Amino acid sequence: MVDLRSEFVGIKSPNPFWLASAPPTDKEYNVVRAFKAGWGGVVWKTLGDGDPIVNVNGPRYGAVHGKDRQLLGLNNIELITDRPLEVNLQEIKRVKRDWKDRALVVSLMVPCEEANWAAILKQVEDTEADGVELNFGCPHGMSERGMGSAVGQVPEYIEMVTRWCKKHTRMPVIVKLTPNITDIRKPAQAAKDGGADAVSLINTINSIVSVDLDNMCPSPVIDGKGAHGGYCGPAVKPIALNMVAEIARDPALAGLPISGIGGVTTWRDAAEFMALGAGNVQVCTAAMTYGFKVVEDMIEGLKDWMDTAGYSSVAEVVGRAVPNCSDWQHLNLNYIAKAKINQDLCIKCGRCHIACEDTSHQAITSVVDGVRKFEVMDDECVGCNLCVNVCPVDDCITMEPMAAGSTDPRTGKTVDARYANWTTHPNNPMAVEAAE
Amino acid sequence: MTETTTAPDVAAGRLSKDALDKNFCDLHPLLDPHEAQVEADRCYFCYDAPCLNACPTSIDIPQFIRQISTGNPTGSARTIFEQNILGGMCARVCPTETLCEEACVRNDAEGKPVKIGELQRYATDHYMASHGATPFTRAAPTGKKIAVVGAGPAGLSCAHRLAVHGHDVTLFDARPKLGGLNEYGIASYKSVDNFAAREVDFILSIGGISVETGKRLGDNLSLAALQDQFDAVFLGIGLGGVNALGLDGEDKDGVLDAVDYIADLRQADDLARLPVGRRIVVIGGGMTAVDIAVQTKLLGAEDVTIAYRRGQERMNASEYEQHLAQTNGVRIMTWVQPNALLGANGHVTGIALEKTEQAEDGSLTGTGEIVALPADMVFKAVGQTLVQADLDGAAPKIEKGRIVVDEDRKTSLANVWAGGDCILGGEDLTVAAVEDGKIAAEAIHRALSA
Repeated sequence: MVDLRSEFVGIKSPNPFWLASAPPTDKEYNVVRAFKAGWGGVVWKTLGDGDPIVNVNGPRYGAVHGKDRQLLGLNNIELITDRPLEVNLQEIKRVKRDWKDRALVVSLMVPCEEANWAAILKQVEDTEADGVELNFGCPHGMSERGMGSAVGQVPEYIEMVTRWCKKHTRMPVIVKLTPNITDIRKPAQAAKDGGADAVSLINTINSIVSVDLDNMCPSPVIDGKGAHGGYCGPAVKPIALNMVAEIARDPALAGLPISGIGGVTTWRDAAEFMALGAGNVQVCTAAMTYGFKVVEDMIEGLKDWMDTAGYSSVAEVVGRAVPNCSDWQHLNLNYIAKAKINQDLCIKCGRCHIACEDTSHQAITSVVDGVRKFEVMDDECVGCNLCVNVCPVDDCITMEPMAAGSTDPRTGKTVDARYANWTTHPNNPMAVEAAE
Repeated sequence: MTETTTAPDVAAGRLSKDALDKNFCDLHPLLDPHEAQVEADRCYFCYDAPCLNACPTSIDIPQFIRQISTGNPTGSARTIFEQNILGGMCARVCPTETLCEEACVRNDAEGKPVKIGELQRYATDHYMASHGATPFTRAAPTGKKIAVVGAGPAGLSCAHRLAVHGHDVTLFDARPKLGGLNEYGIASYKSVDNFAAREVDFILSIGGISVETGKRLGDNLSLAALQDQFDAVFLGIGLGGVNALGLDGEDKDGVLDAVDYIADLRQADDLARLPVGRRIVVIGGGMTAVDIAVQTKLLGAEDVTIAYRRGQERMNASEYEQHLAQTNGVRIMTWVQPNALLGANGHVTGIALEKTEQAEDGSLTGTGEIVALPADMVFKAVGQTLVQADLDGAAPKIEKGRIVVDEDRKTSLANVWAGGDCILGGEDLTVAAVEDGKIAAEAIHRALSA
């Protein structure tokens, strides 16, 4: 029996699916609908102090579409909450009172002064929310004023503000990291040094989704002009997964809880984040694309997969793939694989052939004995896997490892059973002696 | 008008075994994984989906399709079975072209709806291949006993839901095998590989359901006695009678009830041993008429004609079914009604049809023009009737020849519910019967738990 109940930095929720701080968590109406739909928790849309900000009144989103207008990426120029602080606080208190079993964390972004942070933390504590998330990630609108990613890109500021927050509240403090940075471990370390209970990542990525060629202006177009926005959705998942893994496998950061954000759309995406070290996940774009009902498939799918794979709790999944995260120079160069095309599943579109012929190693036929046929030539195949990725039929092309002792027809060499990597390769000018 | 030109030509084995196998193989073979993925990706995951609302059992279609697309066919099947325990058979026989697929927004957008029926079969077949039991757990026994009369889709659905709630069910059926029309009526090419029987076993796996076959109301089963012996009764008795043509000579050899021949066809071990006429006329315009016409053509009949008394747009058979008939070489004659049966030596040799037209007041009148068709077999497919005699003394309220029920499927009798083709106001579809059984089971459960 699979138990999806989650406890993240002491905050309990019936499942590990939270909504990220964004329009879906802007107000009571939305959050209550989310809870009714089954979401385990929410991070309330970022609160600020002083007069509320204002958003543009024209388009706030641009998009990157795949075939059939499938939404692959969304980019937003929306800011933190534009509703009065008092209204938000009252709603938070009410919702938490009515939904005690769900996680309710509040996202915050105030000027870089200790007094501002101390004040807002006190107000949030009064709502009895479960914790706070520090928004150091907004790449537009706030960064111009020294908040959001203007903090997130400066580790010293991250540490400073985190420390203030830990000083002024007993609530768990989650630090949300911006991906618009060279090495994510640095801000993560700064958060940890400041006493953060956890980090959440990623926030959105600096982006321009398209250019309106009629108006000669980046999209979305506001009265003839455009501005960069924050990119999110399925397209950003690979960037997020990498950054989560970087943190999870860093010895100095090991054990720092991570909330995974970035294109989680299905149960499988969530499982992947968890396997790389995320204790839970936060979702935004998928909910904004399909409505809150998407959580049903996430919950059922995760449960069914865990049941089949033999995991009875989320904790058993978290970090399971981290030990297998290596670096390029440590990958086994003696592992030889060749592509193999299943002729029963092949629909003869020829895409594998042209990808390989034009751009790779000329290892796939297009005609065999006068007949249109696509077969891999092992003596040319380097095992790059491009054909597998461009083929429109799932599992039609697979990679088959070569057995140790057999001969690779491409090199004429025997496949070596021993592990050996680049660091000991004779071609490497910085090679070290191979460990015996 | 000649009475007869040749002796009646009725023979078995008109086609080879290979030809028969090909003719009667799966009308819609199971989607393979690639096809299922491509099709599932077409679903837009609508809000308050039109397909969900069009489904008589309210299956959460966007959800089950999404679960196929995210690689969780098991979850998908569960979503289906939660609303419709006969999701497997429904996936094969439901007229999706007039229900969910008609409502699909992609039908509007491109004239190409998502293949909801085939996706439903993909999920349920996957589940049934890897699980011997339905994804439900039987609640603790309540000690309450319910009699379900008729083991067709309505009765099976009702029995299963009651068993899930912990009640004990005795399921009665007149025939040797359970399944009702699923087993004896559905066209062969829609339910291959003995699926109806396998589905019955799957449903009975819930436990708590005991079966008594060979039991017929009015014969060796009494409704009044059941009302006494059980805490509640559900009638899913279908329509056991067949409308007559009202012509002289209906008792001639070769003048047959379509439903009986279809039942024989379904139970035949060897289709090559079924005698079929060379020239066939089917009177009627509904699904049964199409089923008998198509199947006799597939058995090797040379000439099959459906004769319907009004225009094609008034035929009860859906457009899809009509096309199926036509692509199988069946001729559809409209605006003709039976006038006289022609015969020799006690066997039918043909049928005289009178052309019809619609009068000012909408009623149908004959024009006087007669067309004679030679026929070695004439099939009656002009509707089925409730056998009221079966209900003996304890008769529930009947109107227009069907049992009257309220929205909980409760009859006028104190502890008797009913569903399926036998009730008034139903759509005479398998899926509607499943919904009736489910609603009635919940109502019975509420009544017995009060």
